Amino acid sequence: MRFVKFFSLLIVAALILSACAQGGSTGGQQKELKVAILAPLSGPVPTFGVSTRDGALMAIDEWNAKGGVLGMKIVPIVEDSQCTPDPAVNAANKVIDQDGVKFIIGEVCSKASIPVSEIANSKGVLQISPTSTNEQVTVDTNGNVKPYIFRACFIDPFQGYVGAKFAIDKLGAKTAFVMLDQANDYVKGLATEFAKNFEMMGGKVVGTESYTATDTDFSVILGKIAEAKPDVVYLPDYYNIVNLVAKQAKEKGINTPFIGGDGWDSPDLDLAAAAGGYFTNHYSPDDPRPEVVNFLKAYGEKYKDESGNPKVPDALAALAYDAANVLLQAINDAGTTDTAKVKDTLEKITYKGVSGTITFDANHNPIKSAALLAVKPDGVKFETIVNP
Amino acid sequence: MQQLSGSSQVMITAPKKKKRPPLAWVGQGFFIVLAILVAGILISNLIRQPTLFAQFFISGLQLGFVYAMIALGYTMVYGIVKLINFAHGDVFMVGAFVSYFAVARFRLHQWPLAAFPQISPGVGVVIGSITVILLSMVICSALAVTIERVAYKPLRDAPRIAALITAIGVSFFLEYFGALNFVFSPRFIPYERPFEVVAWYIKDGIHLIKPGEAPPDGAITFSNILVIIIIASILVQIFLQFLVKRTKIGIAMRASSYDKPAARLMGINVDSVISFTFAIGAAFAGLGGVLYAIAYSSIWTQLGILPGLKAFVAAVLGGIGSIPGAFVGALIMGQAEAMTMGYISTPMRDAVAFSILIIVLLIRPTGIFGEPEKEKV
Repeated sequence: MRFVKFFSLLIVAALILSACAQGGSTGGQQKELKVAILAPLSGPVPTFGVSTRDGALMAIDEWNAKGGVLGMKIVPIVEDSQCTPDPAVNAANKVIDQDGVKFIIGEVCSKASIPVSEIANSKGVLQISPTSTNEQVTVDTNGNVKPYIFRACFIDPFQGYVGAKFAIDKLGAKTAFVMLDQANDYVKGLATEFAKNFEMMGGKVVGTESYTATDTDFSVILGKIAEAKPDVVYLPDYYNIVNLVAKQAKEKGINTPFIGGDGWDSPDLDLAAAAGGYFTNHYSPDDPRPEVVNFLKAYGEKYKDESGNPKVPDALAALAYDAANVLLQAINDAGTTDTAKVKDTLEKITYKGVSGTITFDANHNPIKSAALLAVKPDGVKFETIVNP
Repeated sequence: MQQLSGSSQVMITAPKKKKRPPLAWVGQGFFIVLAILVAGILISNLIRQPTLFAQFFISGLQLGFVYAMIALGYTMVYGIVKLINFAHGDVFMVGAFVSYFAVARFRLHQWPLAAFPQISPGVGVVIGSITVILLSMVICSALAVTIERVAYKPLRDAPRIAALITAIGVSFFLEYFGALNFVFSPRFIPYERPFEVVAWYIKDGIHLIKPGEAPPDGAITFSNILVIIIIASILVQIFLQFLVKRTKIGIAMRASSYDKPAARLMGINVDSVISFTFAIGAAFAGLGGVLYAIAYSSIWTQLGILPGLKAFVAAVLGGIGSIPGAFVGALIMGQAEAMTMGYISTPMRDAVAFSILIIVLLIRPTGIFGEPEKEKV
């Protein structure tokens, strides 16, 4: 009996204490701005999650060092969303309902960002995804823009546009040959957009050939390319296909430059075979702009790899850094944490980020420059920035 | 395949008794129109752009001779145990991977130069490459014999469908076991070649294509790997003809294929003959795998599926169980694919390849060379 009494007392005491703690935190809310980072720290793409988290945290730390936003200290809340819809939705509900977060940076993967965007949009929480490229992230199935959802990366078709612009402006190409895997939406999106823009800019697409992802023998397509003699070949597929095609092309004496998209960005890209080719990407660590140089230096000082060397930030880290920065800048400019006002500010913002100067279009997709990288036998080198 | 041979017997033994179905001419007419159409397209393109046609033909030759090396294994195994060994394409894949590890990890292709620095680099590369190929062939043979002993032999008296399904199981096992990270990994791996691929073009004689140099207009290009594949494939064919027709083990193979119980009564160890057949077929698949990997230079664990299936179609087309049939069928398959890619579209190649299977089974289930009465291995 006595034990039960003691136990209930203990529970009451604990309840009172926790209530105090709750009160303490609500009392200090004027001085704190909570920002949630939803990143896939486990699941299929944990390296994406780590880069994203590190990039966003670095931006937040830099703002805090400058005194925060609107005099408030920024408190990041990191949740593991696993690049999977269910955990991402749970994490979003947790940060919104329990932590009272009004700003979310994330998710990385489109398939997780889309369900999160539904929740965030309906609750008036501002979400900015650093890397989700699917159109449905910011636009619903009826084609209406979700007012509270933004992204920091350009969407896939933009790379096709950039590739076409680069081919015409920088390579002086007049004719192009397009190769695509018709079963892959990413490849198809880039290829269609490239062909459309290339023709609109005065070029001529002299041939289009499709293949399937399991093909290994491209000699017939390459025979047609040799016959058509285009100035460039557009091949916006992943590195594994690029390796095969580029190698077989070299062996047939086809020296036409190949152009591709960020699917080429892999340590497994066969540099010797793909040398002479170009691909579009969100950012390049070799970009000489001061934003990139400073970002690289700060990131390397803050984060080290296993052997203690400074880490080189990948595109995900750069985009997360930009996403956090553009969000905090908008809050700062709006002068309030009211998400309705912040979203209006975001729509009009011009922000000079690591991955280019960001302005948002009507669908909340950033209009910004893309990095063009050249493949050389000794590595991938920064070539130029292509502005939209 | 039970149904295949069953219906073929009906066709051959009793064609007169069978009444023609009333609308048979529709199907036959369709195939005749199709054949005329295909011939028309090919001939008109040959006249219009002869060099492009020749280029496609060369692509088809390369594919066809690779399929021939795989198809031999299918046809020999079928001839002797009446089993479609669907794991054969994956043995082909293992051959490619063995050579990859031998070259990229252990630098096996450089051993002659490391051991005897005084020999010329050319000879060293040739001996080194042959060593790599032989190693792949031996390991593939060992793998095939193991598969046969573990998965097929216990089912020898079971219905044939059981062994067929087991073969599919073994095929999946090899693919997905290979995809584990500590085995081959599921990645697409850039293949390091034991020797460099050199290409030539034919126009006013044969000229070497130097790196960074484009061949002139109207030139037909080909590479050393094409020549190697053709030579290897023809040598394999001659070797097999000799083996089957002239040697003791060949006689034993033919005897076992013809009548297993009688062969056993004559003192032939049928089990070891079957193992030997699997080993020979797998060795050639391994050879094909290495050459395929050298030619197309990217490998992954599902590399063997499509070439394996197409080689199977080639074996059926040529008449499954017949060695020259597999060879001819494979060459036709290679051309069919190359011409489809050239004049229809690349994604259609697989559709056309498997349509050929259906058409062969409909029109002549025994294939081009298939004669049920004759002995086959």
